[in-house]
Amino acid sequence: MSTEFVIHNRCRLALHTLSAGDGRALLLLHGLGERSPGTVPVFAQRWSGPVVALDFTGHGESTMPVGGGYTAEILLADSDAALTHLGEATIVGRGLGAYVGLLLAGARAEHVYGTVLADGPGISGGPSVPTSQPVFSLESVDRTPDPYALVELGRDLRPPDYAATFSRMAVQRSALDEPITVVARFRPSWLQAVVEEPGVAEAGSIAEALVSYRS
Amino acid sequence: MRRSVNQVLESYAELRSLHHVPTASPSLAEIAGGRAPDREYRINADGVGIAVHEWGDAVAPPLMLAHGGFDFARTFDTFAPLLADAGWRVVSWDHRGHGDSDHAHLYSWDADLRDAAAVFEHAAGRHAVPAIGHSKGGALMIQLADAQPYRFASLVNIDGIPSKRPIPDVAEHERTKMLVGELTGWLDHRQRTAGSQRKPGTIDELAKRRGRMNPRLSTEWLRYLVTVGATETDEGWRWKLDPSLRFGGFGPWRPEWALMRLAGFGVPFFGMLVEIEEEMGWGTVPDDVRPFIPEGGRLEMLSGVGHFAHIEQPTEMAGRVLDFLGAPE
Repeated sequence: MSTEFVIHNRCRLALHTLSAGDGRALLLLHGLGERSPGTVPVFAQRWSGPVVALDFTGHGESTMPVGGGYTAEILLADSDAALTHLGEATIVGRGLGAYVGLLLAGARAEHVYGTVLADGPGISGGPSVPTSQPVFSLESVDRTPDPYALVELGRDLRPPDYAATFSRMAVQRSALDEPITVVARFRPSWLQAVVEEPGVAEAGSIAEALVSYRS
Repeated sequence: MRRSVNQVLESYAELRSLHHVPTASPSLAEIAGGRAPDREYRINADGVGIAVHEWGDAVAPPLMLAHGGFDFARTFDTFAPLLADAGWRVVSWDHRGHGDSDHAHLYSWDADLRDAAAVFEHAAGRHAVPAIGHSKGGALMIQLADAQPYRFASLVNIDGIPSKRPIPDVAEHERTKMLVGELTGWLDHRQRTAGSQRKPGTIDELAKRRGRMNPRLSTEWLRYLVTVGATETDEGWRWKLDPSLRFGGFGPWRPEWALMRLAGFGVPFFGMLVEIEEEMGWGTVPDDVRPFIPEGGRLEMLSGVGHFAHIEQPTEMAGRVLDFLGAPE
């Protein structure tokens, strides 16, 4: 495994190459509180291109910010920095990474060739409507994951219609007929809304979903 | 000795009129009518340095004052002294990335709320105090009052009540295209911000640039703002605002959600909307807000002024606020 760093504003983000290969990269986005895997996951072992994995801000070997301020949209920009570095990629997102992967699929549809949304930590997010959520502050720690990431990204608002808009953007602008495949078995309201959109496929496993995204 | 509201406003009007008398070399502050804070210091908000600015007697009752997006506390240099002279200790702060506060790694609404709570805690402990918010600061105060009602004795909101965005009646695919444009613009901006700096210029150039956000404010005022909101470097003046911050944006948050919180307020509320719409405002009209005004709350439409009413008409605005708040106890 080799690691390089991409820059997103004031943060250095660790981008790990788990295996080399020819062709389009497979970009793995981890779940909330996780970090990139150290080896190629079983589901990606038949991928012919490079398999790379990004540590989000405040996770793994990436910068731990001071004073919190996390949003899923900031992680979208993290993954966009990785995508720019790679040129184009197929995405597999776990949990929080699935939600971020969906946002990236919509925002950069021309550069994302298929996105797989899988179960994992942080898949629920927070409420889908406004609530009186507490204002809090947390003790700082000296290594990732950042406690602010765990709390703020564990409760970020994910209205179903907002999520559905991103899948619509992906479907309208992707070269694929079905640019998003949902393999997650647990489906919070944002993900259920995505599944119900035209152009969103379902599959029984990540490996199965990736078959249709091989170049 | 504490002075009455009228005495304060009369002396202020007199002071303003004096500024029209030519002097040998009036400072920008004199020309613009601004008065620097009596005390300035920083607090540590979970590792982020937040600059606090106070006007008035240090032992007077606190009155919190929250600025709007892309503004900073010193934009209250004409308004805050009027409140202080009526007996309040006016406490304002620069949001993270704004004014003299630290440029942070990350910015979010929740982070701004947390920083605001830290300033309230520092200035007033767990005592309920009155607060004023303008624009984004008004919306922040609405949410903080919902999350931490024990901090608020009353709330004044100056053109800071968000309501549903006026989205043109366009087809779905056109709306998607608009969002794609916003998204890619924002993502492209994020890729350029590492190590970027605000564009340098002369005082006049920076004032002219800011004039696009503040078209109704005088050139004298904008030039003065440069001297308190920008830093002079070898290349010229640069606004202190973090260059990674960008106007507009997107996200799951809906402006009209503020109204739902407003309806449940348990403290006196005074909201003001302005007649003249400006780019920096939400364009909220009274009919949007009236159904959500809390029991006993007040809502006024101010005619003939724009989004920065407290800068356009500081005397009149201070009069309204002081009348609502009553004398400090």
